[in-house]
Amino acid sequence: MLDGDPCSITENILVKPGKGQAFNRIKAKNLKTGRTLERTFKTTESVEAADVEDRDVEYLYTDGEHWHFMEPDTYEQHAADSIAVGDAAKWIKGQEACVMTLWNGAPLSITPPNFAELTVTQTDPGLKGDTAQGGSKPATLETGAEVKVPLFIDEGDVLKIDTRTGEYVSRA
Amino acid sequence: MLRAIRAFFDERGVLEVETPLLSSASTTDPNLSSFTTHYQQQPLYLNTSPEYCMKRLLAAHGEAIYQICKSFRDDELGPKHNPEFTLLEWYRPDFDMFTLMDELGDLVQMLAKNSRLGVATIQKLSYADAFLQATGINPHATSADDCRQYRLEYGIEQPVGLDDDVDGWLDWLLIERVIPSFPADGLTFIYDYPQSQAALAKLYQSQGGYPVAARFELFYGETELANGFDELLDADEQRRRFEHENIARQARGLQPSIIDERLLAALEHGLPNCSGVALGLDRMLMLLAGAGTMEQVLAFPFCRI
Repeated sequence: MLDGDPCSITENILVKPGKGQAFNRIKAKNLKTGRTLERTFKTTESVEAADVEDRDVEYLYTDGEHWHFMEPDTYEQHAADSIAVGDAAKWIKGQEACVMTLWNGAPLSITPPNFAELTVTQTDPGLKGDTAQGGSKPATLETGAEVKVPLFIDEGDVLKIDTRTGEYVSRA
Repeated sequence: MLRAIRAFFDERGVLEVETPLLSSASTTDPNLSSFTTHYQQQPLYLNTSPEYCMKRLLAAHGEAIYQICKSFRDDELGPKHNPEFTLLEWYRPDFDMFTLMDELGDLVQMLAKNSRLGVATIQKLSYADAFLQATGINPHATSADDCRQYRLEYGIEQPVGLDDDVDGWLDWLLIERVIPSFPADGLTFIYDYPQSQAALAKLYQSQGGYPVAARFELFYGETELANGFDELLDADEQRRRFEHENIARQARGLQPSIIDERLLAALEHGLPNCSGVALGLDRMLMLLAGAGTMEQVLAFPFCRI
């Protein structure tokens, strides 16, 4: 908890001037606003842990404003807003098993599966005979996400994407 | 690197020794924390450096000695820290800290020459001069309020938990202003630390007339490589410092440490006049290899053990 909001620490670097007092430089993402903040603490300081829990959920659909998820065991449904869904929205189209982090019972963030399989809806034709070379071009996927793909990818191809990096892995 | 270090000390007649990694006493330094383990029911501690045992050898034999060994510090993990790391530590009877700084400089330059590490400059600065040049603050005559004022003036972050502890502020400004002012491809020695940061060093009167510790550190660019002392010989003074550190530990909510009575007995018996220094070999290797993080020079970094 930083400034009263739950945060996820994305980087924590120990700095010490040789012998002497140690400090930790923290980068944290505010899970309510999505903003990144930087702060330094004396190493012996502690902060209140956010009361969060992770639940396994299945993605159902979006109504444009909210993304709806269901817990497969209890059929309990949760609606997450765009801040909570964040980049995950680019990689889910329905029925994916995701992890939802809840804070005080409300959806705080969504972690999609590490890999997504999505169809290319738009991309320029690649140059013939250039398949073995490097080089990439942009492609739009069925979820609206844009990724860089090799030149030999055509519209209608199904691609495997690493959702953690947003990078093309292979044809599915 | 290890072969070159051993050849360096062989040539200079410094004897390689080996001392236990396990100890029945732990460090009292409030900024260090020891790993605890057990032999049957008896608690034992992994050494945070081989200093105490090496001083006991010095008190018994009085010879110049060096050691390359693992050391362990709990809660130290980052781009330049691994909780288990390798130290080169050596002691030179009859050397003052300046003579030892020269030998340390020779060693690092020899290692640099064998690799692609460029050493453009070597400078020796007193702690006071380094501070004055980088900040205008005299570290021997400043207060937490002065440091706070300086922080506001220059828009430096105020770390959470830093209060009226002057040494804490000096450490913070050292990190934020002084160390970044060192030449990026040079060696910088800092010596004559404030007496409150003496650790196991002798105290004396500096040229500026302040009581200072005969303690030094070596940096390459912004990377801290080594810490050395003209070693404190006075057993009573050493006991007072250990007790004082234990009080500081308790004030921070830490367990007081077990004072090493065997080290104090060795000091009582008599340690020769000597200087000693510990060089972090994982950091040295990072520099020699041009690595940005310690993980890159460890076969199995902490997240893989």
